[in-house]
Amino acid sequence: MVDAIRVSDLTKFYGPNCAVDHVSFDVKGGEIFGFLGPNGAGKTTTIRMMVGLTQPSSGTAWIDGRDILKEPVEVKKKIGLVPETSNLYGELTSLGNLIYQAELYGVPRKERKIRSVQLLEEFGLKEHQEKPFQKLSRGLKRRLTIAAALIHHPKILFLDEPTTGLDVMSARGLRKLILDSKKKGLTIFLTTHYIPEAESLCDRIAIIVKGQIRVVDTPENIKAQVKETEILEIGLDHIPEDLKGLLVSLDGVEKILIEENRIRFHTRRLDQVTSPIIKSLKEHGARIQSINTLSPSLEDAFVRITGLDSVSMKIDKPIKGGPES
Amino acid sequence: MKEEMKKAYFIAKKDMSTYYLKPPLISWGLMLPIVFVFAFYFRNPIGIKEIVPGLIGMSLLFSSTSMAAIVITFEKRIGALERLLLAPLNIRTILFGKTLGSTLFGLIITFCITIFLIPIMGLSVNHPFSFVLIIILSGFAFSLLGILISVGVKEVFEAMTMSNFFRFPMIFLCGVFFPISSMPFPLPIISYLLPLTYTVDGLKHCLLEDKGSIPLILNLLILLGFVILIYALSFYIFRKRIRQEF
Repeated sequence: MVDAIRVSDLTKFYGPNCAVDHVSFDVKGGEIFGFLGPNGAGKTTTIRMMVGLTQPSSGTAWIDGRDILKEPVEVKKKIGLVPETSNLYGELTSLGNLIYQAELYGVPRKERKIRSVQLLEEFGLKEHQEKPFQKLSRGLKRRLTIAAALIHHPKILFLDEPTTGLDVMSARGLRKLILDSKKKGLTIFLTTHYIPEAESLCDRIAIIVKGQIRVVDTPENIKAQVKETEILEIGLDHIPEDLKGLLVSLDGVEKILIEENRIRFHTRRLDQVTSPIIKSLKEHGARIQSINTLSPSLEDAFVRITGLDSVSMKIDKPIKGGPES
Repeated sequence: MKEEMKKAYFIAKKDMSTYYLKPPLISWGLMLPIVFVFAFYFRNPIGIKEIVPGLIGMSLLFSSTSMAAIVITFEKRIGALERLLLAPLNIRTILFGKTLGSTLFGLIITFCITIFLIPIMGLSVNHPFSFVLIIILSGFAFSLLGILISVGVKEVFEAMTMSNFFRFPMIFLCGVFFPISSMPFPLPIISYLLPLTYTVDGLKHCLLEDKGSIPLILNLLILLGFVILIYALSFYIFRKRIRQEF
């Protein structure tokens, strides 16, 4: 069976800077494949090369068996892309935008309106069908942009940072729409810098940092790479300022992460380190409020694999102007 | 080919409905030539007939170039042009669609000006087929000129400035107000390198009883040559810039 997507040695230089460095991976038909990495890792550049919007410096991508560099128009008939910025036409209504997309993608005349109305219903946009795109909320704009990408029944859907900038409810609704689309047989390639999003949505994940892929596997297998590590999480009333340096010197503690008033100790010898840690914390005047042992999460695996601080993954890109704002 | 033409028509139709057929744009397109007509009429009511071909050519030039330059720059700016690049369309289809929309706008404005001017000035159209052909070919040539401008700029105000940089000298060099024969050397050489010269000269044949200085058929052939040349140039630069910018 032909892979839905095959990327081979895709590379992009901007001047002397290498944004994407010999990236290769396959995506199987019907799966949700996540491209996970911090901002600036090369996710968007990779997706843009895969859909024919950016010319690669070297390498190529085959989409449904066709080379994007040799047959861009044929490839574009089979894919839908939802860019990071919802960029439909502000002056056109929701229905008008979908019909225009249907015209551009060669949807037969009789089906254009039927398909558009069907998508508006599916995406909960029916009551907004006569509203101009520019008057929609950010969440609704995002939904309509996804609907527009599906107008021509594509085989593969590309989503670039689908939930960035959305409120919790809109993001949750959108994730459900993505999972529903998968159930209908669509292959989905998405980029994200939200680790929980990648974990909850994706069948397989590629972790990309500084333009290079570090690992491609299922979330379970990625987590298994750090399964020998255990995590002791201690909640405190406050974090004493001089605590971190002292704790680092504790034998058997591999990594310490501090988040608000919680400290996470990564260790392979939980039984040996627990008492010295508690003793040390008490000596520094910290009052312990909770103690938990945790299994490693995808976030822990990500930190181990990339060497990055997980906080860097929680930083959103500044939202661009244009029709989104 | 048929499919591509259909898609180019959809692009043009969308541009017409979202940009061109808005009352402020139509009134702005009509305003400029009407103001010129009155200005010249009050100055020299008898000689006004002589500049009608020039006024029609100028209306077409201003309406066609402005819109093509502004629309593409605007869509590039807000990211909407990316949607066209993402659709299964060839660059030539996108280019033709954008040119078609802008040309249709130019033709509508020119049609309004023409049906207003011809009866008022007591003129008649000698060669109706050539008249229509000149207007259509010139409309395409000027729209493509606008596209060429839009490719080189990033902001809408830059597109406006650049358009005027080309258009205002053309008004003075292409026989709109002064005959090319009365210009000092080397200005006529520059005049004959500009498409508006052939529009105005051809319209003089059609509206002023063959007062043009270049044979009508030659005007038509040269205008066709300009369309092909500017299209090829726009296509080459548009494709190159898209590869650089996206």
